[in-house]
Amino acid sequence: MKQIAENPVYKFFLFPIGQIIVFSLGASLVLSLITVLLAYIFKFNVTDFDLVERTLLILPQVVINGLTIGFVYSTIALGYTMVYGVLEFINFSHSEIFMVGGIVGIQLMAYFEHIGVLSTMNEYLVIGLAIILAMAISGGLAVTVERVAYKPLRGAPRLVPLISAIGMSFFLQDFVRLILSLTTGEFNVILPKFGTFDEFWVIAIPAMANPLRIQIKSAIMVGVTIFMLVLLNFLVNGTKVGKAIRAVAQDRSSASLMGINVNQIISITFLIGGALGGAAGVLFALKATKLDPFSGFFPGLKAFTAAVLGGIGNLTGALLGGLVLGLLEAFSASYLGIFTNGAFGAEYKDIFAFAILIAVLIFRPSGLLGETVGQKA
Amino acid sequence: MKKFFSDLYKKANTGIWPIVIALAFMVVGAVSVYQSPRSLTAFLILMATPMILYFMKMDMKVKVFIGLMLIIVILPVLGIRNIFYLEVIFQMAVFAALALGLNIVIGMAGLLDLGYVAFYAVGAYTWAIFGSKQLSLLHSIPGAAPADAPFALAPQWFWLFLFLGVGLAAMMGILLGLPVLRLRGDYLAIVTLGFGEVIRVLALNLDKPINLTNGPQGITPIQRPPLPPEGILQFLRTILTPIVGHPPTDAEFYNVMFYFIALIIIGIVILVATRLEDSRIGRAWTAIREDETAAIAMGVPLVKMKLAAFAAGASFAGAMGALYAANRTFVSPETFSFQVSIGVLTMVILGGLGSIPGVIFGASAVVLLNIQILQNFSLYLSDLRQSDKIIPIINFAWKDLSNQLDPAKYQKLVFGLILILMMIFRPSGLIPAERRQRELGEDKIEEE
Repeated sequence: MKQIAENPVYKFFLFPIGQIIVFSLGASLVLSLITVLLAYIFKFNVTDFDLVERTLLILPQVVINGLTIGFVYSTIALGYTMVYGVLEFINFSHSEIFMVGGIVGIQLMAYFEHIGVLSTMNEYLVIGLAIILAMAISGGLAVTVERVAYKPLRGAPRLVPLISAIGMSFFLQDFVRLILSLTTGEFNVILPKFGTFDEFWVIAIPAMANPLRIQIKSAIMVGVTIFMLVLLNFLVNGTKVGKAIRAVAQDRSSASLMGINVNQIISITFLIGGALGGAAGVLFALKATKLDPFSGFFPGLKAFTAAVLGGIGNLTGALLGGLVLGLLEAFSASYLGIFTNGAFGAEYKDIFAFAILIAVLIFRPSGLLGETVGQKA
Repeated sequence: MKKFFSDLYKKANTGIWPIVIALAFMVVGAVSVYQSPRSLTAFLILMATPMILYFMKMDMKVKVFIGLMLIIVILPVLGIRNIFYLEVIFQMAVFAALALGLNIVIGMAGLLDLGYVAFYAVGAYTWAIFGSKQLSLLHSIPGAAPADAPFALAPQWFWLFLFLGVGLAAMMGILLGLPVLRLRGDYLAIVTLGFGEVIRVLALNLDKPINLTNGPQGITPIQRPPLPPEGILQFLRTILTPIVGHPPTDAEFYNVMFYFIALIIIGIVILVATRLEDSRIGRAWTAIREDETAAIAMGVPLVKMKLAAFAAGASFAGAMGALYAANRTFVSPETFSFQVSIGVLTMVILGGLGSIPGVIFGASAVVLLNIQILQNFSLYLSDLRQSDKIIPIINFAWKDLSNQLDPAKYQKLVFGLILILMMIFRPSGLIPAERRQRELGEDKIEEE
């Protein structure tokens, strides 16, 4: 048994993928059950149609939507949680790094369209290139931000770097707007239309009235994020750099005594987190089709919530938290209106995320998978 | 050269000279603002007077007298002469009060509250809902309101609602604080941020099932508290007409009245804050801010004290909210965005955490920057754009400058820069609190 656990194929490939599948299935199942239960409870509220039947009818679609956005949240949350693990501070500007990734990706596609090669290129190649460029730029930006705004403040009281990070977040939002509006005259960037991503794979399931419709975009989003999560798992648990990152997260001064270049490791952490954020940005842009310099704020906040939900500082926790939060958001967006007979609608889904954040922090401040951590002075 | 200036400063800072300088600045400033109302320099000269009063040595009574002259007589008169300055000084007063309130939470107790605007919104919506026609429109669709709906309450009720706003905001502060104040500082920041957004989203969406907030369109008209009796107004008109060049209108009187209400609230905030700072509660806050664990060990009731700070900060925001709603006669959810919270935070940070004069300075500076300096810069750029000038070396024609480059719209950039730069280079602010000054001084000794 121990031999299997130590086998690299299992450890770095099968185990994380299995974990992802278990998490997504488990979270979907639990939330679906709760929803169906709620449907039975709220049945009296709705008289025009059978609430339970309606709930079940759209359930698979809601689960798919939730998982899609959940994986994106997971990827962003990893950036928060890695930095928190190493530096013990909330990298507020991560949401902007995510946004920059998305905008860079869209701008690359728009450039391809501009020079007229977009329609002739392989669509997956385009997305791949966009993701790589976004990862490079976001990663670089994250490292720069760390050097400029956080590094001089290391060792200062907790609130000082946090305030600097908030300032950086605001600065980046308007700076990106400035650059966009100076170069293109417009600060909304719109995804050019290409490829077949908007189409659906229709899978008929015998037991159900509606066939399952999976948008190709969603499949790409899920596929790419899973690939990156596995890669990250290998990087953190299977390489020397990963070992150094874990060591710095555990105890910075001891790690430094062991000959680890702490500053370099912190930079690498920001690089990895930023690159993940950039990739998530492109994937998010595929779904949202339109981004502006302020559209990183809410996904970033939710991803942070996801990181806290899973247990901040814990990579697996970020994955689980992101999935749960994405699913919760999809469920609340779809069912809140139906259950309350239109009194409250999808516009409350953002509140839902915060309500969860507050609830988690009250009842289980260490998160779903986190260990209890004492306050480090 | 440096010695020459420091000697000069020393000489100027003795005897009767400070009073002369302060009066000179005030008179020159006042006259030049009076003569050329759009000039930024003139206004800056005038606004330098309080700084001189604060920094130079003179008798306390004289300081207070000149200061009161400036804020009670000169500023309102100049404001009536040019309505724009009335807006500037009113905003300064509102934001100074907000920043002072936030200063209690962040500066004294060390709790980072990023959703401060939520309490402001609570106060504003409290008076907005009861002081407008909204109560009789609860069951109508937003936008399709009957024109003849009655006001729910008479305007006099505003005074009661000023206090109700305080109470409600304090209550919200306690309700939010009870669960989250047990958390660590950075979690608190996120939760309060979330709370601020929750309040905004609620204001945006509570037009159904019952139309409480009128949704994104906001509530208007909101009643203003009644003006002083006609006799007093008549008296003021006869005095002011020759000075300002036109008989003051009711609208101007309203604005001056709001300015004075804001001043009174600021006075109360300053009084409460200074009294609290030296009290048992204030010392407990300092203890919590400096070292939570040690504070607990010394028997400071942590959550209770944090709640007190939260409620105190929130209550001032509630009062300002009610005042703001009455002044604008209009509230909408967009007034209470996250940006306002960060703007107030910027004021506190710029002036100096925990420092009352610093925070007032920070609020005035940021408001000036926002509604005057950036605006003027925008105007200057658009003038350049109209001209045929080019930048010499790179051969860039100003005409080609993008229309999008409008500095007045880049407040977030400015706020962000201020926050980052202050944190890196001067974390204790431009006018640091005395206690911090002492602490920093000690640090230097340790370093040596």
